[in-house]
Amino acid sequence: MAIIKTEGLTYVYGEGTPFRKVAVDSVDLEIESGDFAGIIGHTGSGKSTLIQHFNGLLKPTSGSVWIDGERLWDDKAKLRPVRFKVGLVFQYPEYQLFEETVYKDIAFGPKNMGLDEDEIDRRIKETARLVGIGDSLMSKSPFELSGGQKRRVAIAGVMAMEPKVLILDEPASGLDPKGREHILGMIKEYHQETGNTVLLVSHSMEDIARNVQKILVMNDAKLFCYDETAKVFHRSEELRAMGLAVPQITRVFERLRAMGIDTGEDVYTVKYAARLLLEKLKK
Amino acid sequence: MIKDITIGQYFPGSSVLHRMDSRIKIILTAVFIVMLFAAKDIAALAVGILFTLVTFLISKIPLKMMGKSLKPIIPLIIFTALLNLFFIRSGELLWQWRFIKITDQGIDTSVFMVIRIICLICGTSLLTYTTSPIDLTDAIERLLSPLKKIKVPVHELAMMMTIALRFIPTLIEETDKIMSAQKARGADMETGSLIQKAKAMVPILIPLFVASFRHAEELALAMECRCYHGGEGRTRMKQLKLSMIDLYGSLFTAAFLASVIAVNILMKK
Repeated sequence: MAIIKTEGLTYVYGEGTPFRKVAVDSVDLEIESGDFAGIIGHTGSGKSTLIQHFNGLLKPTSGSVWIDGERLWDDKAKLRPVRFKVGLVFQYPEYQLFEETVYKDIAFGPKNMGLDEDEIDRRIKETARLVGIGDSLMSKSPFELSGGQKRRVAIAGVMAMEPKVLILDEPASGLDPKGREHILGMIKEYHQETGNTVLLVSHSMEDIARNVQKILVMNDAKLFCYDETAKVFHRSEELRAMGLAVPQITRVFERLRAMGIDTGEDVYTVKYAARLLLEKLKK
Repeated sequence: MIKDITIGQYFPGSSVLHRMDSRIKIILTAVFIVMLFAAKDIAALAVGILFTLVTFLISKIPLKMMGKSLKPIIPLIIFTALLNLFFIRSGELLWQWRFIKITDQGIDTSVFMVIRIICLICGTSLLTYTTSPIDLTDAIERLLSPLKKIKVPVHELAMMMTIALRFIPTLIEETDKIMSAQKARGADMETGSLIQKAKAMVPILIPLFVASFRHAEELALAMECRCYHGGEGRTRMKQLKLSMIDLYGSLFTAAFLASVIAVNILMKK
């Protein structure tokens, strides 16, 4: 069953003012449970607005959103439970940290769920291990940590709610390559360990190609497509027309193909490309 | 939502009022306030009403904005009206119930006061409607500059005001983001008792505080990088210059002030 479903989802900013802007335009979408999907689209294409509908932070101007078979906004009181079901990590989540200690900050979400102490403790330890926050950091103030550590603590704060769907908006932006690797690796691990649905908004096609199974493309407030990674990157011409790119390695192989070297299609990770080339060379 | 809050409600335009020197506008606003308070009775106040209406029309600001600027002070207006109505005991008694007495003078005064407040708010809000916050602080700095002689840090004060105004929208946006982020973690800000609601603000206020300090630090650094060192010897890109419009505006206002005084004297007789 689809865990997230939308029908005719439309959101308009500043309705009735000169600044009126359609941010999401009649999106019909079904995301299956357990998917690990990337969301791409150039700046202002409506990605961030779209994901804020999945946990009921924004109310659709028209259209509906179903989470786990339940339609949002039918009953306003039921919105909070939805936020525990769909965890949303905003861009630069480290700016939301506020507690005295790392431990307490991660506990904020689970505490709001009304869980008992033991369960909260278990979840905190579990997620801290997953994001690589050692015990020595747990009693420190979150404001003493480094940028990358802060980011991981903030993500852990959402993961600790054990949401069925985890959505991350540019979780790796502004970090050095090592930090990026770390964050993306732990998200991948989270998906593998829990089998939960994960949506990853990113501008880096490389990060997307390396991690996700499916890609959702937004273009000018409209849903362009939601399909498997290979199929999406196959439409590189169209992607380029909307100001997006395909991974560098895909571009290299497209060039090779254009030069008449048969390399096979759907190359979008360096790992796969290396294997492909090795096989070719062996022949 | 939170973004709808407007502070420094500047209304861009090119009317005569918009083009007037902001210093003159501030002074004329002060004159306008004097005019309203100089008016001793309803006839003199009528001149003030006329002045308010005429300036509003000249400014080409939609008249409904008048209503908008009055909205927040409606409680104050009602309070003033009731206070005057019930507590003025002189004049002819019109109606009485136990200790509440309403006299004709009470009614007169309360109507008079209400009109005066409405004119006051509408007229003075024209200043902020037609002057951008930056121009306004500039003008304040220039008007207060004589105070530099007695070691008042006028430039620094004006700079602080400018920066504060500049960061209001930034902080509103920031608040919005932090609120969304905490809501996504299940923060409940709508239900509960007053104390619970106040407690629920902590997860928003602390990140907001941290953000303001971060902004302040970054801004200070950026200003230092551009060799900012206070007001000493600083020149301006936009020089404030007086023009004929300012002269006409001043004469226009002076004429109205004179009429108010004249009507006052006439009515006394």
